[in-house]
Amino acid sequence: MNPFSSGTCLRDMIRAIRACKTAAEERAVVRKECAAIRASINEDDQDYRHRNLAKLMFIQMLGYPTHFGQMECLKLIASAGFPEKRIGYLGLMLLLDEREEVLMLVTNSLKQDLNHSNQYIVGLALCALGNICSAEMARDLAPEVERLLQFRDPNIRKKAALCSIRIIKKVPALAENFINCAASLLKEKHHGVLITGVQLCADLCKVSSEALEYFRKKCTEGLVRTLRDIVNSPYSPEYDISGVTDPYLHIRLLKLLRILGQGDADASDRMTDILAQVATKTESNKNAGNAILYECVETIMSIEDDGGLRVLAINILGKFLSNRDNNIRYVALNMLMRATTLGAQAVQRHRATILDCVKDSDASIRKRALDLLYLLVNDNNVKPLIKELIEYLEVSDQEFKGDLTAKICSLVEKFSSEKIWYIDQMLKVLSEAGNFVKDEVWHALIVVISNASDLHGYTVRALYRAFLTSTEQETLVRVAVWCIGEYGDMLVNNVGMLDIEDPITVTECDAVDAVEVAIKRHTSDLTTKAMALIALLKLSSRFPSYSERIKGIIVQNKGNVVLELQQRSIEFNRILQKHPKFRSALVERMPVLDEATFSGRRAGSLPTAISTSSGAPSNLPNGIAKPATAPIPDLLDLSSDDVPAPSFSGGDFLQDLLGVDLSPTPAPSGADMPPKASTDVLLDLLSIGMPLPVQTGLSASDILSSSQDDKAPFVNFNGLASLSSLSANATSPANAAPMMDLLDGRGPGPQKSEENDQAYPSLVAYESSSLRVMFNFSKQRGSPQTTLIQATFTNLSSNVYNDFLFQAAVPKFLQLHLDPASSNTLPASGDGSITQNLKVTNSQHGKKSLVMRVRIAYKTNNKDVLEERQINNFPQNL
Amino acid sequence: MIHFVLLISRQGKVRLTKWYSPYSQKERTKVIRELSGLILTRGPKLCNFVEWRGLRVVYKRYASLYFCMCIDEDDNELEILEIIHHYVEVLDRYFGSVCELDLIYNFHKAYFILDELLIAGELQEPSKRTVTRLVAAQDSLVETAKEQTSSITNIIAQAAK
Repeated sequence: MNPFSSGTCLRDMIRAIRACKTAAEERAVVRKECAAIRASINEDDQDYRHRNLAKLMFIQMLGYPTHFGQMECLKLIASAGFPEKRIGYLGLMLLLDEREEVLMLVTNSLKQDLNHSNQYIVGLALCALGNICSAEMARDLAPEVERLLQFRDPNIRKKAALCSIRIIKKVPALAENFINCAASLLKEKHHGVLITGVQLCADLCKVSSEALEYFRKKCTEGLVRTLRDIVNSPYSPEYDISGVTDPYLHIRLLKLLRILGQGDADASDRMTDILAQVATKTESNKNAGNAILYECVETIMSIEDDGGLRVLAINILGKFLSNRDNNIRYVALNMLMRATTLGAQAVQRHRATILDCVKDSDASIRKRALDLLYLLVNDNNVKPLIKELIEYLEVSDQEFKGDLTAKICSLVEKFSSEKIWYIDQMLKVLSEAGNFVKDEVWHALIVVISNASDLHGYTVRALYRAFLTSTEQETLVRVAVWCIGEYGDMLVNNVGMLDIEDPITVTECDAVDAVEVAIKRHTSDLTTKAMALIALLKLSSRFPSYSERIKGIIVQNKGNVVLELQQRSIEFNRILQKHPKFRSALVERMPVLDEATFSGRRAGSLPTAISTSSGAPSNLPNGIAKPATAPIPDLLDLSSDDVPAPSFSGGDFLQDLLGVDLSPTPAPSGADMPPKASTDVLLDLLSIGMPLPVQTGLSASDILSSSQDDKAPFVNFNGLASLSSLSANATSPANAAPMMDLLDGRGPGPQKSEENDQAYPSLVAYESSSLRVMFNFSKQRGSPQTTLIQATFTNLSSNVYNDFLFQAAVPKFLQLHLDPASSNTLPASGDGSITQNLKVTNSQHGKKSLVMRVRIAYKTNNKDVLEERQINNFPQNL
Repeated sequence: MIHFVLLISRQGKVRLTKWYSPYSQKERTKVIRELSGLILTRGPKLCNFVEWRGLRVVYKRYASLYFCMCIDEDDNELEILEIIHHYVEVLDRYFGSVCELDLIYNFHKAYFILDELLIAGELQEPSKRTVTRLVAAQDSLVETAKEQTSSITNIIAQAAK
């Protein structure tokens, strides 16, 4: 015997490991054992091979690496005896998975064992194959398994059936070989073979429509008969589970019937009787019976409509819902969720019970119930339901608040027909769980508030009240601070008092106090503090008498370690000190924010977000400042529109930039003007402007004082703009759209615009009576060969297109990369569109222009439509 | 389909793991850690289902052991509870009122039984008697093979004398 191999047997090793008191001790024991096993492996010690492997399996279960034992499995499998093979196959299944290269080496042994004369060895091989085979192995060994489906011993047939499931899942193309054998398994009497056969048929239907058709035609009758037999079968002790004969078989038969009945009225019709029988006759006082009922309900819901059966099914679910057992209630909620798509009316009846489930102590049930309730809310019941949910929000668990808040906000937004109700509910949510509210939700709230001009006063007062009671909620503080900044005068003077409101006396001092509290709160993050600074700046003009005090607060942040805050406070301080005339115009109230733009942006913001994030940070004043990322491009965009011609003439270009000049000059340059040039212009302007005496009495150097020695002044200028991020809008009270950018926190970065060296006209690539395809082109800087194409598909007909698929082919000198489409459903009548990005690389750039063949397939009115076309009219030089 | 089967003790020790979907060793450790955190902390009267990464985990506690099976969203959770019970009953028959120690020292036997019950994440045999019979038959095959080898070694030993 090998002197290094430990003499311990498996039992001793387990005992030694269990005796360890600390993790370190355990590691030591395992290390020693592993060393011994390795030594033994190196010695090629045959006597202890299976014991070593058994030890390794235990060690692996504890989470230690055991890859060095993989080859031992193969050796054991290759040996002749049953005991070695048994352990070898077990090790194979535990120590390896299908992605391991070593697994390929076992294919040959498996093939031999599948043909072995000992049926138990065949069984071992089938089991291993079924549990871990890879696609290659499936291809190699499928014929063996197929043959074993007709083996004389039923225990091999059932193993082969399950093994086939794995094979067809790995290689769906092999499915057709198994259809006939699977169908013959359905006639078996042996329960094991029968349930595995039914399962195999179900999985075949999933991967092959041919199989589905075949079984639907040939086997529906037989399956219904089998189910009837088993339902009516007398007591048989071998298969009985709490009074039901073989519930597993019941369930699998119901599952297969569901697949066959779905979308086929004839097949559905043939199974209604037996389904009704199962639904009414099955005992529902034990879990096994309930499992069958559950499956039966799902089948009834999925097959083609039979009104009577569905009522029966919903009633069963109703009974489930009132069951005391949590498991039953859980599955009932789960099922009702699927039932809502069929008829919400029947489910509505259980609304009260479902609402109770939202408040259940069990997290799984709460989550299910909330998802379900979300689907049940409509115009009629939204108000009481939201009231209940918000009341529950106060007492719910911390970990549930996130989910609950998101759902409430989404519902309130969806059904926000009355603005005052929307604002009220949102304020409640913000004060209860403001920390869980997502950014876009409170952004949307601000947009709505800004639009509801008659409610400004009401809102700001309500926010002020809420702020006094709950300063812990970050987003509440932000919205409150923003509103106080904007509508501070209304807060103080009780402007626009509503009848339902309690009068409140707020002095100017109180308002400033509130903002000061917000800025001094320890928990306030950067965004909140930055917003508070802007609010202070705004208040300084609304309440001139408190100007000095406000300046004091702003100055306190001059030494702030966060660059963003420091910069804001220095610059604001400058504005307050030096330019009292300028100030009031600068901090005017924001114009109404455009709701449509905002919601459009939320929906379609993804691509832009990606392009900004790619290269933006290099020019940012502060890489981490979130609000700072967006305004830069806007200022540049704005300036490229407004600055050019007129600003040379006067020294008031700064006013132009800041948009103080309320009549923006027409933008002759338009969007087509190369942005690169515009930034140059800006630089020029700045360098010219600085020494110039300016009429309004403010000098450029003042504004730029904090950044004079910087190499690229416009960057810092952006800094100034960015610091106005959410509310200052110092940039342009006249222009509403860019402000959306400020609010949105996203926008095409300047880098992006620089990347587009040249603009290409968009192209209507394809237009028929039913469909229009638009191509927008752009180039990546530095790679003229590559063209990015954004394809936009619009439906011109009045029918919805489903399964929409766009395919394109290009000649050899081109390379095409297709990104996934934004959706595969195209709403009717141009009511929305699908976009898809393509990347084309032209290896003959400059010599040949693009050419492309496209094919568009979709389903409308359940008909497949295919449109094809060659596109030759691409712009030159792409 | 069942993606994996886990047996975890109340202390969070793993007693058996069987993976029917591919998970790398790293993922396995992570899954076990996540799930024991989720399941072991749940109170006794709550439902036996946990939603996890878009899948469902059905678990049931027997004495100090949690039997967990992870399934797809559209599988029948109540049936899985029956399958777990089915497995426990077979273990019980095989070991004769099974306890955690049986499963620790004879973990390979627990795997052999599971392999007669499930293949490719699907149920193989609804009859407990058949399962025990098949396992017993294979056990006796092992026994006879052992006896043969020992008798051969005896013969060789005697011949060498």
